[in-house]
This record gives sequence, structure tokens and C-alpha cells, in this order.
Amino acid sequence: MKRRRLLLLGPALGWWAVFLVVPVGLVIAYSVFQRGTYGGVVPTFTLDNLVRAFDPLYLRVFLFSLRVAVITTVIALVIGYPTAYLIATLPRRWRTPVLVLVILPFWTSLLIRTYAWIVLLNGEGLINHGLESLGLIRVPLPLLYNEFAIVLGLVYGYLPLMILPIYSSIERLQPELREASADLGGNPLRTFLRVTLPLTLPGLAAGCIFVFVPSLGNFIVPDLLGGGLSIMVGNLIQAQFLKARDWPFGAVLSLALIAMMGALLFVQAWLQDRDRRQAIDA
Amino acid sequence: MRSWAWGRRLLRAEFGLVVAFLYLPIVVVVGLSFNASGQPTAWTGFSLDWYASVLANDALLQAFRNTLIVGSVTTVIATVIGTLLALGLERTVRSSLLDSLVFVPMIVPDIVLAIALLSFYNLVFAGLLHLELGLWTVILSHVVFDIAFVAVVVRTRLRNFDRSIEEASLDLGANERRTFFNITLPAIAPGVIAGGLLAFTLSFDEFIIAFFTKGTVETFPTQVYSMIRFGVTPEVNAIATVVLLISITLVLVSQRLREADV
Repeated sequence: MKRRRLLLLGPALGWWAVFLVVPVGLVIAYSVFQRGTYGGVVPTFTLDNLVRAFDPLYLRVFLFSLRVAVITTVIALVIGYPTAYLIATLPRRWRTPVLVLVILPFWTSLLIRTYAWIVLLNGEGLINHGLESLGLIRVPLPLLYNEFAIVLGLVYGYLPLMILPIYSSIERLQPELREASADLGGNPLRTFLRVTLPLTLPGLAAGCIFVFVPSLGNFIVPDLLGGGLSIMVGNLIQAQFLKARDWPFGAVLSLALIAMMGALLFVQAWLQDRDRRQAIDA
Repeated sequence: MRSWAWGRRLLRAEFGLVVAFLYLPIVVVVGLSFNASGQPTAWTGFSLDWYASVLANDALLQAFRNTLIVGSVTTVIATVIGTLLALGLERTVRSSLLDSLVFVPMIVPDIVLAIALLSFYNLVFAGLLHLELGLWTVILSHVVFDIAFVAVVVRTRLRNFDRSIEEASLDLGANERRTFFNITLPAIAPGVIAGGLLAFTLSFDEFIIAFFTKGTVETFPTQVYSMIRFGVTPEVNAIATVVLLISITLVLVSQRLREADV
């Protein structure tokens, strides 16, 4: 039994130990070392990198990333919930094909899908050209290389991750509950607010996390649609490693990113646990 | 009841807009790849010129070959390890800690994994062993997240699997090894193949980790990235179309297999 466990679990856990745990441990160590001249580190203890992360210059980048991730999540939720609701209440045989239709773009290259938006949003791009030929605008709208383009690209990239968990929580819901509420005189809005929404909150929370997490640390979308400046944490980390060659500071920024996500996941797990305990008590 | 019908109509309209939003950019790029002028603003006739110029781009073709190598080797390693992991999680230990551990490689931000692996390879491989980073380091990196995806897909299949046929096989005198290869593996094969296809797709499309760990070689996504950074050229539309076609095909086949009857 023990041998079998080792044979089955060993390879995966071993791989993750070497290529995930050790490298992340190394990042933690690097965060308190001094930078090497051409990248790398000099193993002399320092807290300078940590202090530097609180420079308003970098705090602003963190705040901007948080803001973009929050706006993206809220928009994805507002668009995604009704979509998931519709799919989950379709006749059974339609649900999977329609769900696949909505999820499919997510499984294709984010790089390519983000590129497609450059074609659409460009000054000479399709949207501006269309509006100009309709006579609605004279000068091209500044659609690309700004916050709007980043949020649009992120919502586009991760909307399916919002729809999927909400869909499964609505689908699992017994239709009898909604019918009971209607029979008891609840109008559709009231039924939704008092029955459906509270019961699908776990799916909604999961969807928000699935969208928020990859948005916060994103590199490719702000890089291509935001104009290539170090505007979000992901870009800043990339620049510290590949351009400024300041690995220790890049390490500190990465740890800050993981800490923010870890805190979020912890809060979510705690809330879920509390709900479960309350449900048992009741 | 009347307000409900209205709500339903609104939901349908919203759904139509969402599908349009999701597919419009894809349709535009695919359409443009066949446009003779290559410009988004004027349709000057159907043409395959951009595909011809992709086929004449040696650096790009080399990068494509590199990505096929990375994707295939990664898929083989990750499918074996991921399937073993799924069996282990389903059959040996019941631990919610281990269950949630599987999701860690999926949710670690790829930029963080990228710099962590670069630091590690730089210290151990380049520093201590004097080895150059290359396709092999990209493979080692891609296996990290691919194991998790394979394990999740295979595990779903295992859960829907009737174990009494395994017991029957054992009762009839087959040993564990024979039972595994003749009974268990064929039964979960669609899940294993679906997981493998998904693993290949993810590796095929992965950009940021490859960008950090590739050394001086190029993979297809890193090559395409530098083309995009250089500027929007009509050639990229043709490349995009090919990439989308490959991923969509793989994902649809994988999906089909996952739905296959147990």
C-alpha cells in the first residue's frame, strides 16, 4: 500500500517539489539579497528591496493593478451572470453545446486573442474606421493603449472563467425551489433576489476569484493593449528581471503579488467554511 | 408571468451580445487573413498570399517545429505523471489538503512561476552545471502546470468508473498489474487522451513561461509575440488563424472524449 502510494503520488509531488517549491523558495531568498550587476544576486542580506516596494512610484502600480482587476471582475460578473443563468435554464440537451460555445475561445491562445483587439481598436483599426465612414466621428477615438483597452482585453480573456462556475451552481439548483417561490407569490425578481442569488453565491465567488487572480498579475494584455509601459505588476516584474536586471526587487514584487492573492483565497476559504458551519448549525 | 417572458427575452439578447463579443475579434482576424490588401479598412479580394509568406518565413517555421517538440514531450511526461497522480488521489489517500494542492500550479500567476524557474535554472543549470537553457528547460517548466490539468481531467473519469469490474478481474485470478493494463487503463483511456490533448494545447499556446526559460531559442508564441510587438502585419493574421484552428480542433476533440460514455 505504501509502495503503491509512492509510485502514484511520488512523481507529481517530486516534480512540484523540484520545479515549483524550490524555485519559489529561491525567490523568497533572493528578495533579501543584493542585486548583481548583470542580473542574478549577491548573497548579502539587505532589506532595501522590501523598503523600496513601498515607494509611491511602485505603490501606484499596485493600486492601478488592483483597480483594473476589480473593474474587470465587476464587469465580467455583470455580463457573465445573466449568460450563465440563461445557459443553465436551457433545455438539458442544449446546455453542454452552448456552454462549449462560450468556453471555447478561452482555450485558445491569449496572445492571439489579445492581438485581435489591436486590429479592432487601432487608430486605423476596424472600429474607428467604421465610425468614421458612418460620419459619427472625425478624429479616431483613443481606444488603444489605455486603461479602457486593458480592461476590455482582460474581460474578453477571462469572461468564460466567470461563466463556468456560476453556470454549475445554477444548474445544480433545484428548479422546484424557484417554482415554490413563484407559487408562494414571489415575483421573478423577488425569487431571483431571495432564492437563486443567495444559493449561487459560492459559484459567484469562485467566478470572481478565477477572473480577479489572472487579471491582477497579467502581463500579456497590459503589455500589448496598454502600450508596453510598466503599468501593471506583471509588467513591472518582467521589466525588473529582463530589462532593469534587478532580480531581488523583482522577487519582492512577485512575493507581494502572491501575498495579495493568498490573502484573497484565504478570505474566500474562510467565508465558505463559515457558510458551511452556519448551514450545519441551522 | 408576463414580466418573466420579458426577462427571458432580455436574457437572450444579452446572450447574443456576449457570443458576438467573444467571436467578433476572432472572425475579424480570420477574415483579414484572406484579404489581399492585408488592411483592416479595405477588402481588396480573396488571397492566400499571407499564408504563402508565412510558409516562406524560416524563423517562424523553426519556432513552430520547436513548439511541436516542446508540446509533444511535455504532453507525454505530464500525461503519465498526471494520470498516476489522479489514480493516487482517487485510490490511496483521502486528504483535502492534497486535493487543494493540485490546484496550486494552476493558480500560481504565470509571471511568478516564470521568474522563479528562471532564477532556479540560472542558479542550478547555468551556474552549477554549465548547461545552456533551451527547449528542454521550457519542457521542464510546462510539465509543472500540465500535470495538474491532466490529473483533474483523468480524476473526473475515474470517479465515474465502476470499480466492480476491477474486482471481478482480480477475483478471476488476474494480478494487479494485469488488471490495471487490461481493465482500468482502457476504461479511463478517453479521459487520459482528453487530458493529454488539453496538456498539449496549453503548452502549444503558453507564452510567458517560455519567454523567460527558453534561453536563446524561440518557441512559436515567443516568435509571434516579437512579430506583434514589431507591428501589426498581415502575416500575423494568417498565423493567428492557423493557431486558432489548431487549438479549437484539439479542444473540441478533448471535449468530445470527456463526454464519451463511461
